[in-house]
Amino acid sequence: MLTYIIRRLIGAFAMLIVISMVTFGIFYVVPQWAGATPEAMASRYVGRAATPETVHLVAERLGFYDPVVVQYGNFVKGIFAGAQYDYGAGVEQCPAPCFGYSFISGQPVWPDLLDRMPVTFSLAIGAAVLWVIAGVTVGVVSALRRGSFFDRLTMGTALAGVSLPIFFTGMISLVVFSYGLGWTPPGGSYTPIDENPALWAYDLLLPWITLAFLFAATYARLTRAGMLETMGEDYIRTARAKGLKERQVVVKHGLRATLTPILTLFGIDFGLLIGGAILTETTYTLPGLGQYAILAIRTQDMPQVMGVVLVAATFVVVASLIVDLLYAVVDPRVRLS
Amino acid sequence: MTAPLDVSGSATEAQPESVLAGAGKDIQGRSLTRIAWMRLRRDKVALAGGGVVVLLILVAIFSSPIIALFGHPPLEFHQDQIDPATLLPKGAAGGMSSDYLLGVEPVNGRDIFSRIVAGAWISLLIGFLATVVSVIIGTVLGVIAGYFGGWVDQVIGRLMDVFLAFPLLVFAIALAGVVPDHGFGLEGNGLRIAMLIFIIGFFSWPSIGRIVRGQTLSLREREFVDAAKSLGARHGYILFREVLPNLMAPILVYATLLIPTNILFEASLSFLGVGITPPTPTWGGMLSEAVRFYTLPHFVIFPGLAIFITVLAFNLFGDGLRDAFDPRAH
Repeated sequence: MLTYIIRRLIGAFAMLIVISMVTFGIFYVVPQWAGATPEAMASRYVGRAATPETVHLVAERLGFYDPVVVQYGNFVKGIFAGAQYDYGAGVEQCPAPCFGYSFISGQPVWPDLLDRMPVTFSLAIGAAVLWVIAGVTVGVVSALRRGSFFDRLTMGTALAGVSLPIFFTGMISLVVFSYGLGWTPPGGSYTPIDENPALWAYDLLLPWITLAFLFAATYARLTRAGMLETMGEDYIRTARAKGLKERQVVVKHGLRATLTPILTLFGIDFGLLIGGAILTETTYTLPGLGQYAILAIRTQDMPQVMGVVLVAATFVVVASLIVDLLYAVVDPRVRLS
Repeated sequence: MTAPLDVSGSATEAQPESVLAGAGKDIQGRSLTRIAWMRLRRDKVALAGGGVVVLLILVAIFSSPIIALFGHPPLEFHQDQIDPATLLPKGAAGGMSSDYLLGVEPVNGRDIFSRIVAGAWISLLIGFLATVVSVIIGTVLGVIAGYFGGWVDQVIGRLMDVFLAFPLLVFAIALAGVVPDHGFGLEGNGLRIAMLIFIIGFFSWPSIGRIVRGQTLSLREREFVDAAKSLGARHGYILFREVLPNLMAPILVYATLLIPTNILFEASLSFLGVGITPPTPTWGGMLSEAVRFYTLPHFVIFPGLAIFITVLAFNLFGDGLRDAFDPRAH
């Protein structure tokens, strides 16, 4: 089990390195491939009204003339050790983790990100809890009552659920439940959890359900298929023959074995989840990372976009790592090896 | 369990009806593809999905004559259809009439039917070509990993894990933001379409790669590969002439199931405003404009339904195809 944990930690670390490289590549290398000169890239960092001399100066100071490897080194160093920026008007200290300064507002990006993280993460985590519970429950019940009306209804809904874009279901449910029936708050409502937990949950209820619906559909189908296979195994017959209650047979023997592949999928799905959370945020106009990134793209505020990318990717890596470690608890093959 | 073979005289005289019906014809062996095709033909749901897919492709190809016959040019403004006081469409149900089949957009009065028809080809084009990109990458890496095994397999396997867990949408948003208006010899939406195809295809290859790797692992141990090896065939020959033809069915199935995912992805990016730029009509882009008009259900519902029906049709057809090729499903 120790080797397993160590291997996962190394894997997570490798993932972070890949992510930093890809992020760096997107913001520093791809524009050059596409034909942008260092000056053109630097002009994104100083705004469009700057003189050519200023732009050249900034390009030099941001290191756009350096070799790619040196630029990457400085980029990583900035995140861990902070960086110093010299825009000509004195040296500015950017403490670690340094994601640079927004060139629209002139403020460091990191505090902004800290402000918006809770919205996105509470949306993502809440939805994850909801879809795992709903998906697995529906899948188990469908498998136990195979061919029943409930089974056909939920599996039909699940197939439709996989095919529905989040922003479409989100808009429809806003129209129906918020503006039509008035059961849920209008779009854009968000209360921090430390201010009022009940209101926090109430505001996020509809976004949670919308986001969870898509994933719950996949999980219900997977759980159903897994349960159908497991419940036909010999050891289930043995468990029944021992005289165990049906409930115990289903939960302790059947579901236990089915959960392992579901947990595997869960570890992989965080990447999709953060994307789904961003789409949900935009649909409900919640003040999270996604909305921040979209606004930043419209104003071409690259340090802000880069900050969102790195934070979101790190969240995915950390969440997958936690699931991997949970895996060791659930799967005896991992625990005992 | 098969019953012991009955060789008594009565068995040769009494023929089952099915054999009698085909009397005189040679008995033909059925290939796997043939069996799969027979199964697929019995699957009504999958056939319906496939029919809708064909219809959508036709609509995308013949979008111009369809628009000319039933609608107005997708970029044309129809201010006469708009109530100047509210900027909303005149008439009930969002201005739906025999002239404007699905109504008009608020503010500028563009024909929603024409825009949905015109948006079909971008969705399908990106969905198909991005899938082609992932199939190529996934097949090459999957076959290499499965066939050679060892450290090659380890490295490619780790790479797949990394890509599978990648927050694709976040990176796509960033990429869409940094790519300039000109580049790679392309410009405007041509560049954006090429970029979307590449991004979506590049990041979704592991789903194909995993399947191909698994299949190659088992094909590698089969007798015909041993036979080719003992005849002195090179790796390249075995990979392309012996292994790859046997992978066509699973690749086809999982490529079909990847297309709807990619279509949804393009719609998401256009919805977020980082995909294809307006005024070029896309389904996702139409929905993002509809966000501001909650009082107009037709403006939300029709583009949304277009995405839903397309994705569902591909999913149904792909599921049917998978069941047809999968012996365990029956």
